[in-house]
Amino acid sequence: MKLRNLTALAATTALCAPLAFAADMADEMTIVSWGGAYSNSQIKAYSEPYAEKTGVTIINDESSAEAVAKLRAMNEAGNVTWDVVDVVAADAMRLCDEGLAMEIDPDEHLAAAPDGTSAEDDFGDLLVSDCFIPQIVYSTTFGYRTDLVGDTPPSKICDVFDLEAYPGKRALEKRPINNMEWALLCDGVAKEDVYDVLETEEGQEQALAKLDTIKDSVIWWSAGADTPQLLADGEVVMGSTYNGRLFSVIEEQKQPVAMLWDAQVFDLDGWIIPAGLSDERKARALDYIYFATDTQRLADQAKYISYGPARASSAPLVGQHAELGIDMAPHMPTDPNNAQNTFLYNYEFWADYRDDIDAKFQAWLAK
Amino acid sequence: MSDTTQSGPVLAADGTPLKRSLARALRMQKVRALMLIAPLLIFILLTFILPIADMLFRSVENRIVSDTLSETVVTLRDWDPITGEAPDEAVFESLYYDMFVAAEAKEHTKLGTRLNYEQTGISSLFRSSGRKLDDIGEDHVKALEKAGDGALKDEALWFEIMTGGSSGAGDSALLEAQRTKMAQLTGEDFSADIGFVPGAEISDLFPRMAMAYTDFALFTAVMDEDTVSEEDPWETVFVAFAQEVQAPGGAEKLAAYTGPGAAELTAAAEALAGLEPVSFKASFLDLDEDWGDVGNWRTIQTYSPTYTSGYFLNSIDMQKGTDGAEARPENQQIYITLFKRTMFMSLVITASCIVLGYPVAWILANLPTRSANLLMILVLLPFWTSLLVRTSAWKVMLQQQGVINDVLVWLGLVADDARLVMINNQFGTIVAMTHILLPFMILPMYSVMQTINPTYLRAAKSLGATNWTAFWRVYFPQSVPGIGAGSILVFILSIGYYITPEIVGGTKGVFISNRIAYHISSSLNWGLAAALGTILLAVVLLLYWAYDKIVGIDNVKLG
Repeated sequence: MKLRNLTALAATTALCAPLAFAADMADEMTIVSWGGAYSNSQIKAYSEPYAEKTGVTIINDESSAEAVAKLRAMNEAGNVTWDVVDVVAADAMRLCDEGLAMEIDPDEHLAAAPDGTSAEDDFGDLLVSDCFIPQIVYSTTFGYRTDLVGDTPPSKICDVFDLEAYPGKRALEKRPINNMEWALLCDGVAKEDVYDVLETEEGQEQALAKLDTIKDSVIWWSAGADTPQLLADGEVVMGSTYNGRLFSVIEEQKQPVAMLWDAQVFDLDGWIIPAGLSDERKARALDYIYFATDTQRLADQAKYISYGPARASSAPLVGQHAELGIDMAPHMPTDPNNAQNTFLYNYEFWADYRDDIDAKFQAWLAK
Repeated sequence: MSDTTQSGPVLAADGTPLKRSLARALRMQKVRALMLIAPLLIFILLTFILPIADMLFRSVENRIVSDTLSETVVTLRDWDPITGEAPDEAVFESLYYDMFVAAEAKEHTKLGTRLNYEQTGISSLFRSSGRKLDDIGEDHVKALEKAGDGALKDEALWFEIMTGGSSGAGDSALLEAQRTKMAQLTGEDFSADIGFVPGAEISDLFPRMAMAYTDFALFTAVMDEDTVSEEDPWETVFVAFAQEVQAPGGAEKLAAYTGPGAAELTAAAEALAGLEPVSFKASFLDLDEDWGDVGNWRTIQTYSPTYTSGYFLNSIDMQKGTDGAEARPENQQIYITLFKRTMFMSLVITASCIVLGYPVAWILANLPTRSANLLMILVLLPFWTSLLVRTSAWKVMLQQQGVINDVLVWLGLVADDARLVMINNQFGTIVAMTHILLPFMILPMYSVMQTINPTYLRAAKSLGATNWTAFWRVYFPQSVPGIGAGSILVFILSIGYYITPEIVGGTKGVFISNRIAYHISSSLNWGLAAALGTILLAVVLLLYWAYDKIVGIDNVKLG
């Protein structure tokens, strides 16, 4: 009896040991992001310190632009190979709706602020989806060529629609989001009514009619790098793009370009964890997220790119650019001087109206 | 000699009839040949044919509506949208129970996304309603939970009630029906033993409650991997009890019930005395007034069937209206335009490839080998360069501040403020794609021209033909198979081209494939993308067939 008990015990321990190890965390992970300077800032601020701390091997993938479609395909194939994915908030909401991203409880899985404020309060309103942990606030805004706009540089969003004062081509994104809002705003619609108007058939017509006035002078872009290039080449006098791209044109490449912050549209970018990961991979992904979204880490990212950290507690910690040595705070879209007139991307509205308005927008473009 | 006189079939050496023996040998050969190509065949089947077939199948598949709202679509069948009224209470009742399970399984938002392609606003309607479903019958649930000092908050008692105790007979038909429903809803396997069978008595008296509890039991055991008797039942069970006991005749049914927990249920029913019966319709309208919108319900009804022609209608700028198919509003029509444009531009690109490629192929075929090889490398060089690089290079060349415009301005041919617009339009797409696809035209032409015997031309000339006649009457007809092969290659490639039009096409130079890519990767409307792809495939096959009829596919040579 005794002997049998002993062997049983030994067998249990032998079985438990690998189990205990398996319940631990995976030692390799794939992080998906946008590539370019943005991925670089994440690698410097999050991944390198994390790998140093834990010894985990991190594989970087640059597929965020197709993340939703790819995750859906992976999920259907039953083989999700990504562990942590960087997506914009609208995509995170869709992934959550489709059941492709895991729900994350901020207070359970994220670090509290240094002063003890809970993660949920620290992120505040920016937690726009149950599956989404915001990381940065970026904005879509305009940049213009200082040498091509004459003596009075554009200062209002409506200058984009003013072909007389500012002749020349403009670069706009080839999708209705943002453009429709700006058009209405410059067609006399009050800021708080924009979405009420845009809900209606007539409102959509009105926005397209306003865009029609500059249609012949627009170059439509689809990749974030297009506008900086068009500005640098002098192909356009002004164009919309993400503020970080403009920062690098202005400060890193020293092109004669300046920012037009008026009516910039805030949007969020952050992490999701795909649904259906094995326990050890999930544990690793959560551990990474915990590390990468704490107050200091989010502030660190701003050393490499001019996007505002999503935590309220990170803002005071934003310092200087790692290589250029300039103060980053004035380049943040959230800086009070820049954020005098802003929009917040209306996720609910566009989740509903995106397909409908996009069909009309594309039909209008093709005309 | 005796052999020849013998009647009957000719025999092989081993005595079997020669005919059969031959057939067997041939069959063996065929099988062996098949086995040799089997790896390739299986590979192509698995990695090419099947995925494409699966993708194309999505253009008609529409299971999601009936899988998610399995009961609602049945009760909704009798509703007539012409009345202009939202459906009646029975439909909303089905909707509540369907939605609750779907929300637990997180399937309702998927359905919302799907239906939002057809009717704007359904996405958020489903998302927000799924979140607030607990509001429905909230007072009843609270009253029931409070009744008899919280007697009904006992999960073990519920389990007892719903199984009908150890002696009662089970209603396994209900269990099987709910198994199938849950499996369709979640796509998971629900065949496992869940340690629960609904009691026949309770399911007979209170069918809705038994159904709700069975759903809960299945979900708890299979999806959450918990023990049914240890978990609190869903709100739907309470709401169903309240609904059934407050319905006409409900009190009598309860009085007739003698199974486990009869006393507790009776006490609970008394607690409901002061409350109005649950009205699902009113509750849903409270959650969101859009549930009263006839358009939303019409969409759900129209897209109830398992298969739909909706995606195909959409891809030819039509939609399912109240009386069958109708044209979309003019400001949403785009696909027919894009199909036509894709065809037209592909033809132009093919034509310009022929015009530019023919002389090059001719020179290649007629130069001495050494110089021909050098030229050949120049033709192939673009093949070794990334497509993106070549396309971006055209951008640098063609844009208004680009190389060509700069040169023209420097030469004084074009004024500085009137630079030519050569990119972000059809012209840009045609130029860039002609350049990229040119090798596909030159190579087949070259290999056909190489086989043309030069003595024919000389013979024609020695018989008095002019250069032109000799070329046109003797050389050109022999080179037609090369043109045919090159044209088919270039045309089919350009019809499906995507990245170059996206970069240099602007708004007027994009193809249908750009919309397909958009629906695959951005809007996630894979059904529509599949329908557009199917139409494109059909058009290509049709053109191929027409080509075969007119020119003859035997007339195509790759070498």
